[in-house]
Amino acid sequence: MKTIRYMVLVSDDQESINRGSRDVLRRFQSELKGFNLEKEVALNTLTDIGRHDAIPMVVIYPEAVVYGPITPEDVHLLVEEHLFKGHIVNELLAPARELTGPIAWVRARKGTIPAEQRIVLERVGIIDPESINDYIIHNGYEALGKVLTSMTPAQVMNELEQSGLQGRGGAGFPTGRKWKFVAGVPSTKKYVICNADESEPGTFKDRIILEGDPHSILEAMAIAGYAVGADEGYLYVRGEYALAQKRLVRAIQRAHDFGLLGKSIFNTGFNFEIHVHTGAGAYICGEETALIESIEGKRGEPRSRPPYPTTHGLWGKPTLVNNVETLANIPAIIRNGPVWYRKFGTPNSPGTKVYTIMGNVNQTGVIEVPMGITLREVINIYAKGMKNNVSLRMAQTGGSSGSITPASLQDTPMDFESFKRAGVSLGSGALLICDENNCIVDLVKTLLEFFRFESCGKCTPCRIGTQRAYEIVTRIYQGAGKMGDLDELQSLIGILDQLSNCGLGQTAVVPIRDMLKHFRATVEAHITLGVCPSGICPMTNLDQMDFQDQTADKQTIPA
Amino acid sequence: MINTTERDIASIVKEAVDKHGASRDSLIPILSEINFELGYIPAEALTEVKKQVRKGEDPVFVSESQLYSLASFYDMFSTKPHGRHVVKFCESAPCHVVGGREVWQALREELHLNNGEMSPDGHWSLATTSCLGVCGVGPVILVDDDIYGNVQPDQIHDILERYE
Repeated sequence: MKTIRYMVLVSDDQESINRGSRDVLRRFQSELKGFNLEKEVALNTLTDIGRHDAIPMVVIYPEAVVYGPITPEDVHLLVEEHLFKGHIVNELLAPARELTGPIAWVRARKGTIPAEQRIVLERVGIIDPESINDYIIHNGYEALGKVLTSMTPAQVMNELEQSGLQGRGGAGFPTGRKWKFVAGVPSTKKYVICNADESEPGTFKDRIILEGDPHSILEAMAIAGYAVGADEGYLYVRGEYALAQKRLVRAIQRAHDFGLLGKSIFNTGFNFEIHVHTGAGAYICGEETALIESIEGKRGEPRSRPPYPTTHGLWGKPTLVNNVETLANIPAIIRNGPVWYRKFGTPNSPGTKVYTIMGNVNQTGVIEVPMGITLREVINIYAKGMKNNVSLRMAQTGGSSGSITPASLQDTPMDFESFKRAGVSLGSGALLICDENNCIVDLVKTLLEFFRFESCGKCTPCRIGTQRAYEIVTRIYQGAGKMGDLDELQSLIGILDQLSNCGLGQTAVVPIRDMLKHFRATVEAHITLGVCPSGICPMTNLDQMDFQDQTADKQTIPA
Repeated sequence: MINTTERDIASIVKEAVDKHGASRDSLIPILSEINFELGYIPAEALTEVKKQVRKGEDPVFVSESQLYSLASFYDMFSTKPHGRHVVKFCESAPCHVVGGREVWQALREELHLNNGEMSPDGHWSLATTSCLGVCGVGPVILVDDDIYGNVQPDQIHDILERYE
């Protein structure tokens, strides 16, 4: 069996098609056959990447070489020189100075395969997570010592700000700035909270960190406490993560034994205590104000903001809330400095990101790679390709509240900036890869069912909006949809987005918006033709829908 | 879990309160403890919690309705008893796209139960659950405390047989 050595992408946006890109594509097909390269070269189409000066455009991986404009007559030369002999055809290269957009970053790496770079997961799987000695041998608590003995709180926050670290919980807010907000509020009592309520479906990066390297989070929380002026921290761990809870409790005990938590750490007079608080199964508690409510022994219903937790958080005191992955970056940044950290990732999103890969791929799991890797690279390199060679239909990035990305966007670098520009959310870093045997309507119905269930019920737009959206999509799923339903969904997007009290309602619309934006034709086929193009949705066309079964009482069964 | 139902609810609550302390932020841990011991949180337990958290040096004043609002809000708590074995199916998207639909179908057929139901003999309960964080090996089902990954519909019978 021959392996794929090259991937050729031919631009296929409307402008390119007008300028003859389909002929280029056809010529590639015949030339590849002529050189007997069909099995070694994958041919695919490329969406508009904003290079209208160089279309029709051809991009060849793994070097990420951009050629353009290309006429059908050029194809023979490209196939012979680049794909057959392996030489780059300089005279056909797209003008380099104007190289912008998604491929620029990939190209800057000069064809090297982006290697895994472990900062957050540095010690995971290498040390014994229950041994504090193991952690200390691997540079553990060195950063805390450095901070307490040789740095002022302002210096710590400056280092952090210079590193460009952004919150890894999904929003991507600059961490250094958040710390400064909390530090700037005068108060004798402040709190640091680690948000380990990782309930985003498809995300388990925090679990891997907590189970594999619990001390790194304790160290980072103590550093945060010193920087913002807090002496008490809470680790809010979701109820389902029993092993992580056990290891954290043990780690806190051991850190106390070693004098690394508690009173006067490193004899500096700095005190810091950490409590583990266990959740009880509520997705909404990942929202920081709901999490705070839950610690206070109340229902996890988000507060109205402002005031923000940075000024009025736990028990009304200024509170810093950071995600597990964000915190896990901090000891390494303190040890090695912000310049070192900026070597990884893209200029706007420095560092690495931990991704969880799942779905219809050959290899699922966790990777930590520099920011800015593309989905195509993740699928082909780390996930070892699509399962059974079925092609990619869509990917969901960032868990249930993330975006549904069509296959055409798989060359967008995954960093906060580029994704925002493309209208996609990076979210928590969950990558759910779906092949052609999945249907957008079925997927969105599953997601809405989740939101409908997890909506805390405090605000009306979210409580009722998610339910209505679920009913409409279910109708389409069962073949009873009407075209008017799409307008209805469109108006729900506005209502949920503008009027919801917290992020849950605002992100519940993302799957709907992406469905209507990228997959409208598929949805309309369900309605007007009465067929599910993937053959997934039942399309039974029943007037009577099975809501009965789905709306069973929320409180039915304990864990 | 079932053998503990005979234990005195008051003593279970007392143990939980002693362990976690009578403060506002320990209300949820206390309810967790009770739910774990009894399998659910009966109304009497809520009354008992109300009384006991009032006793300490720093009394917490909380009503039964407030406690009930907690017990009914969090998914890991139940206010109703359930079967001897609880089967939970992860209904999140990652499990859904790798064959979860078929597994859920097979579960319902094997147990003759729908979501949230308990079998008449009290042996089984079936429910869906949100993501369990083991998405790399979906579809995932949870039987009591045991997690099964990469589940195929034809394995359901064999898995459930272990809990007869």
